[in-house]
Amino acid sequence: MKTFRRIGKLALLAVAAAAPIALALDGLVNIHDPSTVIQCDGKYYVYGTGGTALVSDDGWAWRAGTRAPRTGLAPDVIHIGDRYYMYVARNTGVTKGAINMIWSKSLDPASPNYKWEEGGVVASSDGVEESNAIDPGVFLDPTTGRLWLVYGSYFGFIRQVELDPKTGARLHAIDKPRDLAVNCEASDMMYHDGWYYLLATHGSCCRGADSGYNIRVGRSRKVTGPFVDDMGVDMIEGGGKLLLGSETRVIGPGHFGLLDLGDGVQKFSLHYEADLERGGASVLDIRPLLWKDGWPVAGSNMKEGTLEIESARAGTALEMAVEGMPVGGRITRQRPAGPPPGAAAPGTGAPAGPPPGGGPGTGGGMFAGVGHVIEPQQAAQVSSKWPSGNIDLRLSNFMSQAQQRWTISPAKGAGGYLGSPYFRITIAGTERALSATPGGELTVASSFTGAPEQLWRFDQLADGTWRIMPKAVPNATQPMALSAVGSGGVTLAKFDAASDRQHWQIQAQ
Amino acid sequence: MKEFQWRSIAWVAIVTGIFLTTVAARSAAAQAPTEAPTGPIPAATLTTPTTPTAVPSAEGFIQRWLVLEPIPVMGVTQNAVQATVKKDALPDTQPAVPHTGDKTTVDGKDLTWHALDTKNYNLNLFHFSRSLARPTSDVLFWAVTVVNSPTEMKDVRLAIGSNAASVWWFNGEEVIGIYGDRQTVIDDGVSKRLTLKKGQNIIRAAVVNGGGATDFCARLLDADDKPIKGYTITLAK
Repeated sequence: MKTFRRIGKLALLAVAAAAPIALALDGLVNIHDPSTVIQCDGKYYVYGTGGTALVSDDGWAWRAGTRAPRTGLAPDVIHIGDRYYMYVARNTGVTKGAINMIWSKSLDPASPNYKWEEGGVVASSDGVEESNAIDPGVFLDPTTGRLWLVYGSYFGFIRQVELDPKTGARLHAIDKPRDLAVNCEASDMMYHDGWYYLLATHGSCCRGADSGYNIRVGRSRKVTGPFVDDMGVDMIEGGGKLLLGSETRVIGPGHFGLLDLGDGVQKFSLHYEADLERGGASVLDIRPLLWKDGWPVAGSNMKEGTLEIESARAGTALEMAVEGMPVGGRITRQRPAGPPPGAAAPGTGAPAGPPPGGGPGTGGGMFAGVGHVIEPQQAAQVSSKWPSGNIDLRLSNFMSQAQQRWTISPAKGAGGYLGSPYFRITIAGTERALSATPGGELTVASSFTGAPEQLWRFDQLADGTWRIMPKAVPNATQPMALSAVGSGGVTLAKFDAASDRQHWQIQAQ
Repeated sequence: MKEFQWRSIAWVAIVTGIFLTTVAARSAAAQAPTEAPTGPIPAATLTTPTTPTAVPSAEGFIQRWLVLEPIPVMGVTQNAVQATVKKDALPDTQPAVPHTGDKTTVDGKDLTWHALDTKNYNLNLFHFSRSLARPTSDVLFWAVTVVNSPTEMKDVRLAIGSNAASVWWFNGEEVIGIYGDRQTVIDDGVSKRLTLKKGQNIIRAAVVNGGGATDFCARLLDADDKPIKGYTITLAK
């Protein structure tokens, strides 16, 4: 694998300055072969090939970090006990290589605990054997506490050795590495619901938009494999189910690293060989990890747009509590005489609106439509009756009405969280902004001020629905998430991973 | 001969005519829509309370209410109903919790309060009104109940459903409004967090119907959104 050649820093800054508000990560995100993104004392750190080190206060906006004393190819990092272990590889021949471990009690250079110690070689390749000892991926088995390292590249096999969780070093030097996969690199492992997963990147790297890099996965009931994909092909014969491939504006995803935030919220770090919005630069990203039928699937970070926000539990949609107007206007309809008891009858008794007509050739009648396209309802058409000031929020049957259509857009200068900027949520076509209140309830304020209770984070959950949380709730002692109560109520409450009350579908309009 | 023949023919004609008319009348009756009964029909789901207190159902629904005879109104949209509950508000002179049989005057009409127990999670206002031979369409029903709690409970919510629109007050504060031509859905309207006082708590509702069925249900939820059941319901002070 070729060493990544970096563009001059000035050129990088020029590209970053020219980019619009990033819905991707912000700031300095250029990196190749990133380690798993790791948290230390409230900050996030990531390390890449060639000594690149990035740091972020919030997981969204990144800046240059501090180079570790040992650099090389595609490091990985893990936090066990009070130590941070870094594994980093160097080639001394075409396929002759070694993976070294270094450790520190902190990743923050400002901390008194910041001091890197050498931990020695944990795996190597002699230039002849069927493996190239680069691209380490370190995995702590949550069910047994055992520590494992996977490594390797396109020459020969992806291999696995066991490490000592107390020292981070090789557990038994004489133990033969286990062969797990071929025709891939950037391997890593994770555990979920009774299965072990081997992740690896297939395809070509390092060719900008010509990189075929894609992340694939196989699974096994045992930590030692064999790892088989969903079509029954063993990864040792090149199998692997696609987790993420290239997308419209980003080419060549690779180097998966799991971030488990607890409460069933998982994300993964990666790079794209070429971010087309950034001139084809190799950049970091952090994306939601979803689970479908026992297989991990890449989710997406929130994008801006005009959307319906619907409770996955209740099936009702977020609505500002004002009188709705049917799209196209109210239709006058006669209530039929003498309905049988118990039958619902149409008609609201409110006059005004066009009479029921018919399209050409329909002959008229109440089901024939009005004979022309009915345009989407705009807030300006119906908002003159809306009260000024704060308005309550409720859940209601979605009817494509203005008070139910929300514009989600990134908030300038508001910072972000892992993967995304904070967003504002406003009634489409207005400045009325969703806000958290001191009682842990909600209101729609008359304008957006950028206060923390008006900034929202969207985290995609394992089932593809979204958790929606304000940046802060005034006077609250714990984080709270948007939560459905019954069919028609909506509030803020502590996130409960076991319930779907806080699962939201976001439907583009 | 001729005379006899004509008389016979006449008789046959008359008898046939009577027969055909009867048949026609019967089949006409069978084809015509059944007219709505004009007299009161007893409400199968409602009874007059006989015990001094009640408790909520297994799912926490309040099944004992005082309901006022219906008031003619128009409109179930949010703005129409908000105007209605002000225009047809209960008079200030009325006690917060009336007794069964009490009379009150709303919009110039003398109306009587009825204490009711419902067998179901919901109280069927259609049955109630029909049992008094009153209208069921384009009407407003006022309803009141009293929740007696042994302790104060914070972060409680009132959760209701109604057909059609309704506005709800909890200890005098307006806490829920749901509108439009809707059917009763459990927990369809939910208040913000409230404090259930130790002792008496008064729940008042205004249910406005357009056409067709009309009913409502109500219960209290705790901080985990679970129904609360540890209280009694009374109607008389």
